[in-house]
Amino acid sequence: MMILESLRRQPAHGYALVQHIQQRSNNLLQVEEGSLYPALQRLLKAKLVKAEWGVSSTNRRVRTYQITASGLRHLEQQISSFERMFEGVTLVLNPSKSPAS
Amino acid sequence: MSWIPGIFRRRKLYDDLSEEMRLHIEEHVEQLKREGLSPQEAERQARISFGNLAVVEERSREVWQWPTLESIFSDVRFALRQLRRSPGFTIAAVLTLALAIGANAVVFSILNAFLLRPLNVARPESLYQLQHGNEASAYQSYPDYLDLRNRNRSFDSLVAYTGGEVGLDAGSDPTEVWVEEASGNYFDALGLQPYLGHFFHAVDEHGTNSAPYIVLSYEYWHTHFEDDRSVVGRVVQLNRHPFTILGVAPPEFNGTLLFFNPTMWVPIVEHPALGANDLNTRGDRWVFETLGYLKPGVTPAQATIDLNSVGAYLEKTFPKDESKMTFTLARPGLYGDYLGKPVRAFMAGLMLLTGLILLAACANLGSLFAARAADRSREVALRLALGATRTRILRGLFTEAILISLAGGSVGIVGSVVLLRALSAWRPFSSWPIHLSVNPDANVYVVAVLLAVVSGLLFGAVPVRQVLRTNPYGVVKAGSSSRPGKWVSAREVLLVVQIAICAVLVTSSLVSVRGLMDSLHAKFGFDIENTMLAETDLSMAGYSGDRVVPMQKRMLHAMEGIPGVEAVGLADAVPFAMGVNNVAVFADNAADLRPVKASAHAYIFRISPGYFRAAGTALLSGRDFSWHDDKNSPLVAVVNGEFARRLFGSPASALGRSYKMRDATRIQIVGVSEDGKYNNLTEDPEPAVFVPMLQSPSVATTLVVRAGPHAMNGAGNVSNNSPDFPGAAMRNTLRQLDPGMPVIIESRAAPLAVTLFGPRMATVALGVLGVMGAMLSITGIFGMAAYSVSKRLKELGIRVALGAQRREVLQAALGRAIQLLAIGSFAGLGLGLLATRILAFIVYQATPRDPLTLGGAVLAMALLGLVATWIPAQRAMSVDPLVLLREQ
Repeated sequence: MMILESLRRQPAHGYALVQHIQQRSNNLLQVEEGSLYPALQRLLKAKLVKAEWGVSSTNRRVRTYQITASGLRHLEQQISSFERMFEGVTLVLNPSKSPAS
Repeated sequence: MSWIPGIFRRRKLYDDLSEEMRLHIEEHVEQLKREGLSPQEAERQARISFGNLAVVEERSREVWQWPTLESIFSDVRFALRQLRRSPGFTIAAVLTLALAIGANAVVFSILNAFLLRPLNVARPESLYQLQHGNEASAYQSYPDYLDLRNRNRSFDSLVAYTGGEVGLDAGSDPTEVWVEEASGNYFDALGLQPYLGHFFHAVDEHGTNSAPYIVLSYEYWHTHFEDDRSVVGRVVQLNRHPFTILGVAPPEFNGTLLFFNPTMWVPIVEHPALGANDLNTRGDRWVFETLGYLKPGVTPAQATIDLNSVGAYLEKTFPKDESKMTFTLARPGLYGDYLGKPVRAFMAGLMLLTGLILLAACANLGSLFAARAADRSREVALRLALGATRTRILRGLFTEAILISLAGGSVGIVGSVVLLRALSAWRPFSSWPIHLSVNPDANVYVVAVLLAVVSGLLFGAVPVRQVLRTNPYGVVKAGSSSRPGKWVSAREVLLVVQIAICAVLVTSSLVSVRGLMDSLHAKFGFDIENTMLAETDLSMAGYSGDRVVPMQKRMLHAMEGIPGVEAVGLADAVPFAMGVNNVAVFADNAADLRPVKASAHAYIFRISPGYFRAAGTALLSGRDFSWHDDKNSPLVAVVNGEFARRLFGSPASALGRSYKMRDATRIQIVGVSEDGKYNNLTEDPEPAVFVPMLQSPSVATTLVVRAGPHAMNGAGNVSNNSPDFPGAAMRNTLRQLDPGMPVIIESRAAPLAVTLFGPRMATVALGVLGVMGAMLSITGIFGMAAYSVSKRLKELGIRVALGAQRREVLQAALGRAIQLLAIGSFAGLGLGLLATRILAFIVYQATPRDPLTLGGAVLAMALLGLVATWIPAQRAMSVDPLVLLREQ
């Protein structure tokens, strides 16, 4: 989801994605960089992203990932269901702040 | 099928992935270097933060893999490695299964060929034959057939045929062939197209002997006319009558009987020309089979009612000729219920038996697998402890089971195909066109593979509980512990039953082999050595009436003229050959001459003077016939001892007395011969009577020619030494007498082969089943022994360490298996001895009271036990307590 969200903002290659996610999460999410790749492959297989070899702004040969239309749809669904879940969790953990009250 | 290009695309995907990850690390390294790290340190940092490159790559690749299939491949590879490590186990398992699956494939294939596969005609599903309601016979008289055909409203067209042997003279070397005499509508009704030329049709029939045409079977045309397309239109002689060859039937059509392949078809209206019956006698039922297609929409039940109404009409119209005329419908392939019923019952029984064999094999393999799983309990426990899932381990075990079952299945199928091919090419009787076309088809392969897989799953499932219950910590700590099981387990009972059955089979096959060997030296009441037979039917060569006896005399004299021939006789039929007849005989004072009141039913042989000497049948008292015993002198007979005993109380009192035939003629007994066997080696003494051929002429002619034991009587005839003597000389001599006379020349022993066919088959069948039983018992005992040894390995080690002798170790390890073997063997031997009483009906002199047989059976079972326990025993003996204790 995070990958898709990042790619929605702009297409990127693997290294850039890692950098981006680490920055955005204020280095709170310290994951092995490698674990990005199986996730990317899954997205590729599900045709949620597509990949192309190209040359980056720093003049390196890179494989750039781009979100597809179905990727966007999928992301929206994911976000909405995630938000609902998050809302539920919040309600349970902190009932006083519940929007219903 | 999107995965096929996927496989090729995948290589590129993988390459892209590796390249991408390499570049990723490279970029990170550069970044770090720019931040001021040394190249080595940068490289290290980049790799640390990337994580395990190989694992990442593997996991990324997994995304693209077809998960089940590829992990199955790896399972298969692993299982193959495991199996290669224990070749003894693998071979035993594969062989057992190959035998069981092979047996099932063969039996199913026969079942398939005879009961499941339809006839090679159009719409076989609506083809039915008529059979009489009160009996399984289907014989009709020709006039009845015509009435049934013309008066029924249920069949499209009713066809009829009958089989017969005729003399064929196609220019050279006249032979006897089996023809089917078929009604004119035969080919058209069955919807057949000729391979060559054309068929005969209903319109060709204009009454008796009006259609002298022949349609050859493809096979006969192929083998005897060398595929000569110019045979169409050729005229050949059948029983000395000219017939024109019209065409050749299609290759896949061999008549409507599954096992009987005629050489040619001739119109049934030619029957009087070929046989003795005329077409018009209503009471004479000689038409073998009547069959036809039901009209669309007509059910068999409706057709039966329709036929029965025709039958009722016939009964009413011809009360003198007709008995009860009711009908049922049946499938024509096996001659309705006459053969169909016994064949179905037999095949069902056989299928059940082979099914049980397969089940027993599965049970044995199951215990083998259980032993193996127990052996590997440590490995399994270790894998469980290291985090392997139980499903994964079970999948491994099942993969082994399936691999073994597939290997066994393939070997079994290959073996059965070889066997079935041989069976299909086999002609059990040279004088009958009997074929067993049992070549396997797709059905058979599918069933065999299915059986293999199912049995693999079955025996693979045996160790499942064992694995599921495995407690990794317990096993790793203490090794598999053996809890003493129940006193007798179901598996042990099964094993004992198997061993017993095996012992029964071994005993009975030994008994029947001995019986077969003995039967060739039995007392037949005639000599086999140095004797040849020449068999012919003079009507096939056109002789009839007053011409028959002079021709037979000429044949006798011609035979006597062959150098080296010692004695010649002639009979209408000889014991054990085809065409031996029975007559009812009555006491001299009998008034009621109905067959049921007969004093005896005796085999009757119409013989020439000198027959007894040529045949080697001893006359106990009285005289042989002479040429003066002809139509003008009193009727005389020679009877055998049993005949004399039945009618007169003793052989001595028979001489000079008389008996009556059914037509009240009185016949005086002028001689008494020894008893013999006439039709069957296992028959009880049967009465037989010999009458002079001059007083009772017959066209059936068999010459009995006896050569001298040392036929080199100074004539220096080289051919005397050839094994064929005097067969070739006989053939030449007879050819000179009448070149158009078909003759079968064979040794005196040849007809016995037909008689011995049953016992031989029984022996072979018992032998085959015995081998299977032995194989099953071996794997069963082997599995059990191996299991008990591996379970008690630790205990055995301790025993050895405490100073147990080898004998004691063996006793501890294999005692149970040996015990079961002994119990099973003795039960089996006992049962086997009982079973040979039944066997005595089939096999001559099958007696269990034969030390050689008994010794052989015991030896066989002992050997079997030795083979089965050899490997486990070796293992138990080689127990090294030190190694074992260190392991624990």
